[in-house]
Amino acid sequence: MNILAAAEGANPLLPPLGEIIVGLIAFAVLLFVVVKFVAPRFEQVFQARRAAIEGGIERAEAMQAEAKAALEQYRAQLAEARNEAAQIRDSARAEGQQIIEQLRAQAQEESARIVARGEEQLAAARQQVVAELRGQIGSLAVELAGRVVGESLADDARRSGTVDRFLDELDQMAASNPAGNGAVQPAEGANTGSSVYVPEGKR
Amino acid sequence: MTSSAHALGDVLAVESDPGGGFTPPGLGEFYPEVLTSFSVLGVGFEITRITIIAWVATLAMIAFLVAAVRKPQIVPGKMQFIGETGYSFVRDGIARDVVGPKGLPFAPFLASLFFFILANNLMAIIPLAQISPMSKFAFPLVLALICWVVYIAVGIKNQGLWPYFRDIMFLPGVPKPMYILITPLELLQNFIVRPFTLAIRLFANMFAGHMLLVTFALGATYLLSVDNFSVVFGPVSALMAIVMTFFELLVIFLQAYVFTMLMGTYLNGSVEAAH
Repeated sequence: MNILAAAEGANPLLPPLGEIIVGLIAFAVLLFVVVKFVAPRFEQVFQARRAAIEGGIERAEAMQAEAKAALEQYRAQLAEARNEAAQIRDSARAEGQQIIEQLRAQAQEESARIVARGEEQLAAARQQVVAELRGQIGSLAVELAGRVVGESLADDARRSGTVDRFLDELDQMAASNPAGNGAVQPAEGANTGSSVYVPEGKR
Repeated sequence: MTSSAHALGDVLAVESDPGGGFTPPGLGEFYPEVLTSFSVLGVGFEITRITIIAWVATLAMIAFLVAAVRKPQIVPGKMQFIGETGYSFVRDGIARDVVGPKGLPFAPFLASLFFFILANNLMAIIPLAQISPMSKFAFPLVLALICWVVYIAVGIKNQGLWPYFRDIMFLPGVPKPMYILITPLELLQNFIVRPFTLAIRLFANMFAGHMLLVTFALGATYLLSVDNFSVVFGPVSALMAIVMTFFELLVIFLQAYVFTMLMGTYLNGSVEAAH
């Protein structure tokens, strides 16, 4: 009952100063501990955690960048290799073409040379034949003339026969040459003209 | 003997006195017997069980916080996790989001407020204590006065002495004649009403909560001892006492949060330039 009596006169909204000071000290102690000790530790932990997470993310990013760079490099190398192969192919083709051209030119040159040599040989052989024939014709003519003179100049029949035969021979020779040719064979080559090789372009 | 035990004694005394009836618990609840008293520099100190409860609550909270950060680890243990959750709740939810970008330096102070109020409030439902020091006006008043000093000091420091008071007295963008009405209201609001409501809200909630719990508990005791039909309401009253204990738990956390949250908005007004 004495407590109720003590309470009756008290106003709960007018606390005694002592109680206020007690509350102030209690809060001050807690505030001190939190400010000096608890909060910095928590901040440290938050910092460390953030650093750990960010470090992990950074590492992952670095690895990704590395992989990307490797891929780029690989692609570049591949493109380069393809380029190089194409170049090699092109140059090989060009070289082949060149070799073919060269060979063709060589072959043509060779054939031209062979042809030229053949012509030369032919010309030489003909020259030789013509020279031989000229000599023989001379002696034949002399012989023939000797015989004609030696036999009998009076024998008309025979004489005319010989002359006729000779003329016939000449006629035949003229006929055996193509009439429309227009090109007149040299006199010494008239009897052998058809057997002489003449290159196509020279006719 | 606790004050509630005294009240119980009173109830039973009245009960044995025929024609007396139930005496509800009164202000005596908050004025338990003085265990020892002394005087320092003319200021009288009366140590009661509520004083001891306040110290026990504060020391227990300090012990818990220290244990939580004793060996801080990136992957927290159980204690560290609980402490961290409480701290970052205030740090991120109030200091950063309510006070603003400049609010993080106030996180330790706001967290201290929250933890102090929470620890003392929790005493309202912890057996053997069962009364919160916050239901003694002195404790909320101390906290409100500290907040009052802090948010005015921060305002003057951040905005300058004259701009701070000018912006409170003469709100920018208000028609001049309106100042006759608004200036006294703003001064009253910022320098008297704010700390007073801060203290009263916390005090009244804990005071009323305690009264409710004691009334239901004593009511149950009384009803169970009567000889007539009313005895069946005894268990109902006991059940209500239990339900109200859970409700009180909600109020304990809510009031700690509301107090800290409001201090956060006041600090926001001080840190930021005029609205």
